Amino acid sequence: MAYFQLTRFKSRGLEPIDLSVDAGECITLGGPSGCGKSLLLRAIADLDPHEGEATIEQCIQSQAPPPKWRRQAGLLSAESHWWADKVYDHLPVSDPELMAALGFSEATNEWEISRLSSGERQRLALIRLLLGKPKLLLLDEPTANLDQASIGRVESLIMAYLKNSRSAALWVSHDPKQRERVGDRGFQIESGILVPEIWI
Amino acid sequence: MDLIQLTPLDLSIAALLVLGLAGISWRMRLGVERRLLIAASRSVIQLTLLGLVLKTLFDQSNPLLIGALALFMLGMAGYEVMARQERKFSGFWGMGIGTLSMFISSFSITLLALNLVVRVEPWYTPQYLIPMLGMLLGNTMSGMAIALDNLTQSAWQQRGAIEARLMLGHTWDQAIGDLRRRALRAGLIPIINAMAAAGVVSLPGMMTGQILAGSPPLEAAKYQIMILLLIAVGTGLGAIAAVSLGAFRLFDKRQRLRLDRLK
Repeated sequence: MAYFQLTRFKSRGLEPIDLSVDAGECITLGGPSGCGKSLLLRAIADLDPHEGEATIEQCIQSQAPPPKWRRQAGLLSAESHWWADKVYDHLPVSDPELMAALGFSEATNEWEISRLSSGERQRLALIRLLLGKPKLLLLDEPTANLDQASIGRVESLIMAYLKNSRSAALWVSHDPKQRERVGDRGFQIESGILVPEIWI
Repeated sequence: MDLIQLTPLDLSIAALLVLGLAGISWRMRLGVERRLLIAASRSVIQLTLLGLVLKTLFDQSNPLLIGALALFMLGMAGYEVMARQERKFSGFWGMGIGTLSMFISSFSITLLALNLVVRVEPWYTPQYLIPMLGMLLGNTMSGMAIALDNLTQSAWQQRGAIEARLMLGHTWDQAIGDLRRRALRAGLIPIINAMAAAGVVSLPGMMTGQILAGSPPLEAAKYQIMILLLIAVGTGLGAIAAVSLGAFRLFDKRQRLRLDRLK
């Protein structure tokens, strides 16, 4: 059985999907805005009603307690949201190494969320997600608000995470070059169907 | 001291003043004159009717009739709680949450007070039951409506933050916890303020009524104290029930935030 599997998985706006992903594999998703990429990721995280089944290793989506499932299928939404005032309120543990990898220091923990730039928020949201050690990363435009240097750092951090923890990723990106850089395989969504993307 | 009887002419003086206010509202283009007049007419009609109904009820003291009126008042209160929501729960829950919470806040507290505090014989004596129930319903209603409204509004506005917590594997209970506490605080603050100001800033209605009717002020004060304390308890319990039910209904079995259940 595959590491991560979708069986007749039907989310809004898309035809049912069957997909098998191996451990360590990164699958990219492209397609025009509004074609249902983000909704697919939300459905895999079980945030929206949907049909069909998803499994990560032995864990079956419809049978797992939702919080447990979502800790394994970690979704990074395109826009990050924060519920408390300070950065440390949102991080379960402090990990200086991870913070440093994205250009932050220990002092960042004390920062106020309202004073962060959108790029800082996006990078901290990734840290917040990785601290929970998800087995599957559902990444919705993780580098949309970042400058070139940060994009490189985020990409290599995610690739290292996939390699070290033998996790898998579904990576939504509008940038064809990025898809080719990070993806082991890629799909384009065309009129509700996943079409393999060919890279030369 | 005998009660000075009010004649219809006396009342029409007060009514003329309301008409004057409506005129001012029209001149100043406040746009509330219609609502003001409708509300004023409603209170005149409803209170007159209530007076008539109570007169019959007091004469007959029929438990069935008393029960029917009490249920009607409860239903109206449940409807009012729902009507004051900016975003209502759709279907049965819209009315259900309000009515059930009003039942907890007012019905149970009134029965408890009549049996244990006032000890009326029989407990359904309408001269006690109906006014007390009415006072509890009327005074706990707004606290409950505020709390529930605060919950649904903030869930709507902070959808992203709630879902961000769900995404990280928090339970629905954790994800809505802060909002629930804030909603309850908002619902309880008016009654806390009312208790703090009672007798210093405001002379509560019930005590005023009893004094006008010739009761000794200290007796009137004792009744007022009881009612205020019961209102506080009723508001608290009712708001907790309303907000808990509301928060529960905002999520489905798979702990997804379901704002589509609001309309």
